[in-house]
Amino acid sequence: MRATGSQDRTRRDLVTAETFDIIVVGAGMAGNAAALTLAKHGLKVLQLERGEYPGSKNVQGAILYADMLEALVANFRQDAPLERHLVEQRFWMMDDRSHTGLHYRSDDFNEERPNRYTIIRAQFDRWFSQKVREAGATVLCETTATELMQDANGKVVGVRTDRADGEIHAGAVVLAEGVNGLLGTRAGVRKRPTPDTVALAVKEMHFLPREVIEARFNLKGDEGLVIEAAGTISRGMTGMGFIYTNKECISLGIGCLVAHFTSTGETPYGLLDRFKRHPSVAPLIEGSEVKEYAAHLIPEGGFKAIPQLYGEGWVVVGDAAQLNNAMHREGSNLAMTSGRLAAEAIIQVKSRGAPMTATNLSIYKTMLDHSFVIRDLRKYKDMPALMHTYSRNFFLTYPELVSESMQNFLRVDGTPKAEKEKQSLNSFVKSRSWSGLLGDAVRLARAWR
Amino acid sequence: MSTDRSARVEDRLFYNRYLLDPGHPHIKVRPHTMPSSELVSMLTTCPAHCYVANDKHQIEVAVDGCIECGTCRVICEERGDIEWSYPRGGYGVLFKFG
Ligand SMILES: Cc1cc2nc3c(=O)[nH]c(=O)nc-3n(C[C@H](O)[C@H](O)[C@H](O)COP(=O)(O)OP(=O)(O)OC[C@H]3O[C@@H](n4cnc5c(N)ncnc54)[C@H](O)[C@@H]3O)c2cc1C
Ligand code: SF4
Repeated sequence: MRATGSQDRTRRDLVTAETFDIIVVGAGMAGNAAALTLAKHGLKVLQLERGEYPGSKNVQGAILYADMLEALVANFRQDAPLERHLVEQRFWMMDDRSHTGLHYRSDDFNEERPNRYTIIRAQFDRWFSQKVREAGATVLCETTATELMQDANGKVVGVRTDRADGEIHAGAVVLAEGVNGLLGTRAGVRKRPTPDTVALAVKEMHFLPREVIEARFNLKGDEGLVIEAAGTISRGMTGMGFIYTNKECISLGIGCLVAHFTSTGETPYGLLDRFKRHPSVAPLIEGSEVKEYAAHLIPEGGFKAIPQLYGEGWVVVGDAAQLNNAMHREGSNLAMTSGRLAAEAIIQVKSRGAPMTATNLSIYKTMLDHSFVIRDLRKYKDMPALMHTYSRNFFLTYPELVSESMQNFLRVDGTPKAEKEKQSLNSFVKSRSWSGLLGDAVRLARAWR
Repeated sequence: MSTDRSARVEDRLFYNRYLLDPGHPHIKVRPHTMPSSELVSMLTTCPAHCYVANDKHQIEVAVDGCIECGTCRVICEERGDIEWSYPRGGYGVLFKFG
């Protein structure tokens, strides 16, 4: 069942006997971006991945942002496993029986080099990893790095792995171990994520014939559509549901702040079931065959949760550094960009013949600070606290009020319109009071600014 | 209620592919007489329903269906309620789609 043959053993011995310039821990979006950039510049790179193959442990929605990948693999559209390019985005605010939606669709998105695609991570990561290998990096799967090795001065000099004789030395280590990374926390260079800085998302893959997906979502060819949904589906917790179209399946899931799960006692699969049964969602997946149930954490702490990004002989990239924009549901692009910038920083240090000290590696942070990654996260620095503290207002009360007003507005029953408007306004004031409404509006505007 | 719930999760886990590593559980619950509220919350929060209460109201974990999300680590590790690691390389859940 498992590849433990002699070929594997020889390869393992070879790898541990060699010395490398850089070790990259993790073959997700960030790790692949880093390893690819380093290998392309001729550095000797070893990349470790605990999964059977790159992607076998990874979960994403998943929207891929073309620009950030293009910076790494210019002609990726030729052979990357892309599902659909997105022509329409829907935002839904839901109560238990209805949704109020904002839809944006544009034929401009049917462009030659589309901006966003849906992907299937387990397939995409395999492809990405192939590019890393082609660039000359050594990729060792089925290997969990268990510990950072440090010298007497605390400088990181390599990693320990769970293989026999599995100590590997290198000039520096790129920690691309994802949101739940163990190495950084075990070495004390980073805190473990806390319940109020991560969301737990559960996700299912629903298979349907292509034509059915295209008919239900009003798509043709490789056009795709995504729905982001918030409201009573998260039972007052900070959270969102999503529905993404792939060629022959639909990715459907919901994620909520871990701290809110523990306080409400809701089950993740219970939420998923309720989302699936919602009258706006059920017809979209009717008759589908589910082929996978996955769960994963998403960093939600934003700017204020970003840890120390570099040190003696190490840098941290992607989700492991909480580089995730929960407001815009962007993570993989921040991961790819931080991985690439970390690699470029290492290349700069190396090309000067300088040692991988914290001072020298600090250019990684400077580069990141100037990129969209930190600038976006800084813009929303107060959003997580607002959403997490006032979650019941934003995820329960307002969606219910909006639905009530919409229904009131649309039902034609002889009530004069002015009276209807007054009724709707009264509901808002009754639920939240004038000062409450004003407070929420001001808080939201401040955090958004 | 709870049997109904766990049956439904188990049906879901049945879709997934796993490579089990018998004798090497990657998560262990520290022996206790009274579980902490954090540990109790795992009965509902674990997306794979790996945590169950025994007849002495202690909490146990069965890692076979674990999807390695790390939620229990985030909630319980700091207090020392559990020991959490990744499975050995190559073992555990293997997503086909992810
Ligand atoms: C449900 C969901 C939906 C999402 N939707 C989107 C979306 O639509 N668009 C978007 O841009 N982002 C989305 N994200 C976020 C995105 O998935 C992440 O930001 C991105 O994957 C982070 O990349 P990474 O390389 O930092 O981490 P990961 O992709 O998690 O990769 C980490 C890798 O390290 C490996 N690893 C970990 N520890 C070790 C170890 N000790 N030894 C060896 N290997 C190890 C893991 O197996 C894994 O391959 C979503 C996330 C989730 C959970
Ligand atoms: S890691 Fe996730 S799936 Fe596994 S036992 Fe912990 S909470 Fe459950």
